Amino acid sequence: MTFGRYNGRGFILGRYMQGIVQADKLYCERDDRVLFEQLSFAVESGEILHIKGPNGAGKTTLLRRIVGLSWVVDGTITWGADFSADGQQPDGQRFWYLAHRPAVTLQLTPLENLAFSVALHNADVDESLLWQALDTVGLRGYEDVPSGSLSAGQQRRVALSKLYLDLPDVRLWVLDEPFTALDVSAVAQLEKRIEAFADTGGSVIMTSHHGLNHTAVRELQIGVRP
Amino acid sequence: MNVVLRQMLARELTLANRRRSDLANPLFFFLIVVSLFPIGVTPDLQKLSEMAAGVLWVAALLAALLSLDLLFRHDFEDGSLEQMLLSSVPAQLLVLCKTLSHWLVTGLPLTLMSPVLSVMLALPVSAIPLLMLTLAIGTLTLSLLGGIGAALTVGLRKGGLLLTILIMPLFVPVIIFGTSAVQSFANGMPWTAQLALLGAFGAGAFAVSPWLTVAALRVTVGD
Amino acid sequence: MWQAFVRWFHKWSSPKWFYEMSRPWSFWLGWLALICIATALVWGLAFSPVERLQGNSYRIIFLHVPSAFLSQAIYMTIAVAGAIGLVWRIKLAFYAAKQCIPIGMSMAILALATGAIWGKPTWGAWWVWDARLTSMLILLLLYLGLWALHNAMERAESGDRAAAILALVGVVNIPIIKFSVNWWNTLHQPATLKVTEAAPMHMSMLIPLLLSIFGFYLAFLAWMLMRTRLEILDREKKARWAQQEIRNLEAQ
Repeated sequence: MTFGRYNGRGFILGRYMQGIVQADKLYCERDDRVLFEQLSFAVESGEILHIKGPNGAGKTTLLRRIVGLSWVVDGTITWGADFSADGQQPDGQRFWYLAHRPAVTLQLTPLENLAFSVALHNADVDESLLWQALDTVGLRGYEDVPSGSLSAGQQRRVALSKLYLDLPDVRLWVLDEPFTALDVSAVAQLEKRIEAFADTGGSVIMTSHHGLNHTAVRELQIGVRP
Repeated sequence: MNVVLRQMLARELTLANRRRSDLANPLFFFLIVVSLFPIGVTPDLQKLSEMAAGVLWVAALLAALLSLDLLFRHDFEDGSLEQMLLSSVPAQLLVLCKTLSHWLVTGLPLTLMSPVLSVMLALPVSAIPLLMLTLAIGTLTLSLLGGIGAALTVGLRKGGLLLTILIMPLFVPVIIFGTSAVQSFANGMPWTAQLALLGAFGAGAFAVSPWLTVAALRVTVGD
Repeated sequence: MWQAFVRWFHKWSSPKWFYEMSRPWSFWLGWLALICIATALVWGLAFSPVERLQGNSYRIIFLHVPSAFLSQAIYMTIAVAGAIGLVWRIKLAFYAAKQCIPIGMSMAILALATGAIWGKPTWGAWWVWDARLTSMLILLLLYLGLWALHNAMERAESGDRAAAILALVGVVNIPIIKFSVNWWNTLHQPATLKVTEAAPMHMSMLIPLLLSIFGFYLAFLAWMLMRTRLEILDREKKARWAQQEIRNLEAQ
C-alpha cells in the first residue's frame, strides 16, 4: 500500500503525523550525485515502513541518518518525546538497529555477542532468555563456538537473535536488509516476527528487496525516476 | 551503568586474549629495537647507559603506537563501533573503557618488560622503578591521545602510518618529561618536577581525550 | 545589534556571497603586500646598517621572522576556522581552513630553511637543536599531519571535520610543546647560543622588519583569499552560478 505524492525522486507524504519519528526534507548527495532530496515521511507506532530502491539509492545512508549515525544527510529528523530527550538523538535503549555491518564479532561466541548487544542497551536480561533467543533463530548447539566458524547465514542469525528477546523498552526496529543470507524458512520466520512486533504496536523501518505482505506495511520508494 | 562498563572491559580483555598475536607484536618490536640499538650505535656500556632512558622510552612509544591502529579498527569493520555510538551508555565512557583496556594489554606489558631491556642498556638499577613509573604514565597517555588519532583514521585503509604522523608531534612533551625524569635521576639531579609535569599532561589527556575521540568517531563513522 | 550581526555573519558565510564580494580583494591585497615586502627587503638588505656581532648575515631576519610569525598565526587561524565550521556548520570556514594548510606549511618550511641558512654563519652548523628551530620543526610536522589527514579522506567534508578536530587538539598542545621544548633545551644546552636575543634593535632595522611582517600578513590574506575562492568553485561546482563562473574563467 502506497500513499503520498511523488516528486520525481522520492515520496512526500500528504499529511504529517506526530508519530515516533518524522523526517523532513532530507537531502543527500554522494560524489556530486543527488541520491534523494525533499524526502519527508513519518512513522507511527504499529507501522512498518519499507524503504525500497535500487542499489546505491542511499537506503543504508537514510537508515543511518534516521538513527543519528550519519551527518552526510541534510534535513531534520524529529523524534517523539518517548524516544528522545531532546527530539534529535534517539535514546539507544528504545530501538534495535540491525546495520549493514551486523556487529557480530567473529572472535566472540553467539552468546557473548548477544550479551554484549544487550549490555549496550543497558538492559538486564536473564541469561536463560539469551539462550532461548539463540535457540529460536536456530543456533542451538552453536551458542559457545566462535562466531567466525559459523556460516554467513548463521552469522546473520546471531545478529537477528536480539529481535527475539522481547525487551519491553524497545519499540522500534531499524533493519538494514534483514533477509540477507537467510534461507527460506528463516525468511518466513523473520517475516512473521516483524509482523507480530508491529501487531503489538512496535514500529519497523526497514530496507529490503524482499516484499512484505501485511496491512501495516507502507512503502517508500527512493532513487527511481518514473 | 557500572555493570555495562564492567561487561565492556571484560569483552575487551576477552577479545585481546583471543587475538593474542596482536598483543605480542608490540613486545617483540620493543625487544628488537632495543637490541638493535647497541648493534647499530655502540656496544660501549658507558655510552649506552647515558642514552638508555631515551632509547627505552622512544622504543616503547613506537611499540605502543604500532598497536594503536587496531584500537577501533576491528570494531569498526564488524559494526560494533556503530552500536557503541548508539548505545544509551555515554560513548565517552565506552571509549574510555576501550582505551584503558588497550593500555592494560600493551602499555602495561611494555612497562613490565622494560626492566629486562634496561639492564641490557646498562641503565643504573636504581633508576628502574622510576623508569617503570614514567613508562606506565607515558604509555597510558599515549593510549588516551592515540585514541583520538585512531578515531580519526579508523575508516582509512592505510591508517597506521598516518596515525603515527598525527600523534607523534603531539607526544613530544611526554617524551621530553619522561626521559628527562629518568635521566636526571640517573645523573643524581632533581627529577620530581619532570614527573609532576608528566603526570599533569597525562591527567589533562585523561580529561579531554574521551570527548575528542568520540567527536572524531562521529565524523569518521558517520561518513 | 546582535541580530544585525547574525544577519551579517550569515550573509558572509554563504560561499557564493563571499566569492562575489572577495573578487577585488585578493588583487589589491596582493599588490599592497608586494609593495610592502619589496620596500622592506630593499630597505633591509641595502640600507639598514650592518649588525655589530653578526655582520651582514642577520639580514635574513627580514624573511625569517615574518615567516615564523605567520606559520604560527596560520595554525591558530586553521584551528579557529575549524572550530567555527564544527560548531556553526559553516562550509566557508572549512574551505578557508583547508586552504590555509599549504600556506602555513610553506611558511614553516621557509622559516626552517632561513633559520638553517642563518644558523650556518652564526652557529657554525646548518642545523642546531635550538628550542625555536625544534618547535618550528614540530609545527611543520603538525601541518604535515593535517594535510595528510585531509587528503586521506575520500569525502572532502570528512576531511574538513577530521582536520578541524586534529587542529583543535594541536592548538591546545602547541603551548605545552613549546614549553617542554624550551625546557628540554635549557636542560641539554648551556646558554651559549643566545646570539639571536641580542641587544634591542636599532630603529633602522626594526622598521623594515615590521614592514616586512605587515607585508607577509597581507600576502597571506591575499593568497588565502585566492585559494579559498578556488576551493569554493571546486566544492560548489554543482551550483549554477559556480558553473557559470567556471565557464567565464575558462573563456578568458
